[in-house]
Amino acid sequence: MTIATSTELICFLILGAVVVIGSLGVVLLANIVYSAFLLGGVFMAVAGLYLLLNASFVAAAQVLVYVGAVNVLILFAIMLVNKREDLKPIEGLALRRLLSGGVCLGLLALLFRVALTTPWAVPGPAAVGAGATERIGEHLFTDYLLPFELASVLLLMAMIGAIVLARRDVLDADVGTGDAVNQALVEKPQTPLLIDESRS
Amino acid sequence: MSPGLDYSGFFAFLLIDPMLEPSSGLVPLQAYLLLAAMLFCIGVWGLINSRNAVRVLMSIELMLNAVNINLMAFSSYIDGDLIRGQVFAVFVITVAAAEAAVGLAILLSLYRNRVTVDMERFNLLRW
Repeated sequence: MTIATSTELICFLILGAVVVIGSLGVVLLANIVYSAFLLGGVFMAVAGLYLLLNASFVAAAQVLVYVGAVNVLILFAIMLVNKREDLKPIEGLALRRLLSGGVCLGLLALLFRVALTTPWAVPGPAAVGAGATERIGEHLFTDYLLPFELASVLLLMAMIGAIVLARRDVLDADVGTGDAVNQALVEKPQTPLLIDESRS
Repeated sequence: MSPGLDYSGFFAFLLIDPMLEPSSGLVPLQAYLLLAAMLFCIGVWGLINSRNAVRVLMSIELMLNAVNINLMAFSSYIDGDLIRGQVFAVFVITVAAAEAAVGLAILLSLYRNRVTVDMERFNLLRW
């Protein structure tokens, strides 16, 4: 074992620990803001794993799209809907968690068994290494051209759909009479979103 | 690869299965698969058990990342010359971005109608 391979092993172990512990934190922490920041950490660690796998382009895309766009979007959503509410307790919650935990552990055991017993065809052909970005570009503009164009259409549709869904519908004229409408009446009455401090 | 410092005795306890044949470097393909399996199962558990709708979306992102780790590991170890797994991972990242945008927009409009993010109270389409 040379120093390079042992460095690779140490990096893999650290990044794997960050991924597993961070994702457990995302799922289990009570405060959702901490969860969102931990999710960013998990995304960064996954990008580090991609770098270990010689995929610098996908690692950069991961950082840009996941950390830069998705995580920021999730943080904005949390800030927009962050009302502290007391969730109504539902009966059998502990049993439900236990059952779903059992199902997930069973799935985990199954996946472990598949991963460890299947005779994978390693080592495969020699890796392209640093030429991966050029190879991805060749793929995107030759044999994966149609999915590439469909992805652009999908992104456009998602953008328009998100705008339509998240927009506030404000009418400036009454539909029936055509009179001008006081906008304050059309908007839903604002319920106080912050906790009333005076009550406690 | 120059024969550098020999650490093999030092890290021997980390090798789960000495039969595993490392192809590039020391980390075997199976290590990535196991990591992705763990991440996926954590995501499934969070998806089932979260009561906050934003956390459900985060769990979905975790599961998509687990799938991406699998794709990238296979692409690097088994399909090293035509890295098709990396192209697939790029597409998965694209779809995940679209999904996050639409999902959070749906969440916002739900919140505007119901003033809650509790999954137990989003039962309009149930039965």
